Amino acid sequence: MTASTLIIKDLHVAIDGKEILKGVNLEIKGGEFHAIMGPNGTGKSTLSAAIMGHPKYEVTSGSIELDGEDVLEMEVDERARAGLFLAMQYPSEISGVTNADFLRSSINSRREEGNEISLMKFIREMDSKMDLLEMDQDMAQRYLNEGFSGGEKKRNEILQLMMIKPKIAILDEIDSGLDIDALKVVAEGINEMRGESFGCLMITHYQRLLNYITPDHVHVMMEGRIVKSGGAELAHRLEAEGYDWIKQELGIEDETVSQ
Amino acid sequence: MTVETNLPVDQEYIRSFSAEKGEAQWLADLRLAALDKAEELPLPIAEKTKINKWNFTQFTSHSVKSEPFASLGELPEELKSLINVEEVNKNLYIQRNQTPAFLSVSQDLTDQGVIFTDIATAVKEHGDLVQKYFMTDAVKPDEHKLTALHAALVNGGAFLYVPKNVEVKEPIQAVYVHDNEEAALFNHVLIVADDNSVVTYVENYVSTVAPESGVANIIAEVIAGTNTKVVYGAVDNLASGVTTYVNRRGTAGRDARIEWALGMMNDGDTVSENVTNLMGDGSFADTKQVVVGRGNQSENFTTKVVHFGKNTEGFILKHGVMKDAAKSIFNGIGKIEHGASKSNAVQESRVLMLSEKARGDANPILLIDEDDVTAGHAASVGRVDPLQLYYLMSRGITQQEAERLVIHGFLAPVVEKLPIEGVKKQLTEVIERKVR
Repeated sequence: MTASTLIIKDLHVAIDGKEILKGVNLEIKGGEFHAIMGPNGTGKSTLSAAIMGHPKYEVTSGSIELDGEDVLEMEVDERARAGLFLAMQYPSEISGVTNADFLRSSINSRREEGNEISLMKFIREMDSKMDLLEMDQDMAQRYLNEGFSGGEKKRNEILQLMMIKPKIAILDEIDSGLDIDALKVVAEGINEMRGESFGCLMITHYQRLLNYITPDHVHVMMEGRIVKSGGAELAHRLEAEGYDWIKQELGIEDETVSQ
Repeated sequence: MTVETNLPVDQEYIRSFSAEKGEAQWLADLRLAALDKAEELPLPIAEKTKINKWNFTQFTSHSVKSEPFASLGELPEELKSLINVEEVNKNLYIQRNQTPAFLSVSQDLTDQGVIFTDIATAVKEHGDLVQKYFMTDAVKPDEHKLTALHAALVNGGAFLYVPKNVEVKEPIQAVYVHDNEEAALFNHVLIVADDNSVVTYVENYVSTVAPESGVANIIAEVIAGTNTKVVYGAVDNLASGVTTYVNRRGTAGRDARIEWALGMMNDGDTVSENVTNLMGDGSFADTKQVVVGRGNQSENFTTKVVHFGKNTEGFILKHGVMKDAAKSIFNGIGKIEHGASKSNAVQESRVLMLSEKARGDANPILLIDEDDVTAGHAASVGRVDPLQLYYLMSRGITQQEAERLVIHGFLAPVVEKLPIEGVKKQLTEVIERKVR
């Protein structure tokens, strides 16, 4: 499989008429791991929601292209089938739909009718991924995210990631609410995905995640824009010194998107 | 004699219809008395739904003759899927419009004294039994215009009698096929379970034609004797032009259990009453209903359990999905009469609306005239959560498929608890077709 490229240009996004993203530029290629860091309220999650097509977020200008295709023209499901994936910070709970049925529908939505994944192959693959993520086998038959703990939901997002195998994945605060053991397990799952045909954008507050998943590129987001980019060393400096030095360097007083 | 203009039949017609069928005098008399009542009585009250303009009375033909099915192999495919054609020892009645079209009762049940036959034959061969229970105990002809009209015009249905101490293991099935556009259905099902008996009855109403207008007036009576268990399953699937009044009512004796599993899948305007009267101490009622509304139909579902005996328990669980511009009212009533101490009335109604134009309303009502009881209710009406759809679609699932999953998920808690496997399966298939 060839490497994909996601190109975001001068992206402006509003929610309820209020502008949150004010010109984001970013390029992610297959094989690359990017991290976007930044304090709360700077627009990180908005970026992930806008890429996936969350109904509440309105792209007011700019563009997103995946391998030359206009992502903004696509419906949410089309974006997913084109190769995008978002591990959500707050996954929905859906009663009455089992995790396994949901996963199988997701996989089959990418396949031609008559070429659905065989049940045996699906179960084998799901079992092995669940083992790797240290998930109870009974979670396959539980209703989708219903009654899952915070940690179980995060593992379940990564299970979906591993089963669906997207070209470009965005992980929105996949580390929040995880204890260190769970974080290691989740990181192991994400690292399994590494390869030329897989690009990843991790959104996080914490350097901690990046101890287990080394990024190639680190970006800092403030005021709805990417204000600084660097390599893995940038994350280490943020961990050691916090964000104030960037604010001083750039003359930013309030890093959040003005309320 | 006055000539009434609002009903399509008169005394003369009823007299000759009854005579032609060779009916006993008691039934002819009952019909004629009921017709008088039908002219003067008002329509039933369907709380919060205006039904006075609905067509309950105007039909083309009250009596049509259809060909019986010589064997199950002759059945159209859509009917074959409802029954297990291969099964040898089946207990099955198929009615085509108003004509008994197929009947099979196992020797084993016959030997035990179980009676299962079409209602006309039952009137002839088991007249005393039928007369004793036909619209005397559970439903009475003079309740309102539609019960009276029903009594006057009954033209089909089935009779099931289970003698004392007989436990019927396999479900007994009836399929009512509507395949003639002109046929009006006045179907009566009478189930009498004598003391200590157990029986499961499953019925299907299915249209294979789509008339512009039609009338179905269905009454089912369940008489559950002391310490009996009657499980009653139904999947109603009549065409959009058919206006349906359906009344399924049970009377439970001491320590009797009546369980209802109702899939209300009609495409036309429907008024449904499902009432269980818990007469005996220690009796029990459980109603589970699943509804899918679509198109422009309007439906009104009243589910009621009335507690007369002490230590009685009643449970109502209804989930409905409204698509397109469908409207539905879910009335749930738990009524505990004075003296029914230590009784428990519980109900839950939930409606999910899938479109802006769909309407749903759930009205939980508890009427309690006794201090020493417990009761509870839950009701909710809501629209499909756009974030759930977003989440499902973000994995590549189309909007249509996402909606299908959400609907199945919403109905699953009821469907999965239905006490009859066959009904569960049929219902899942009908839901599948309706939500697509």
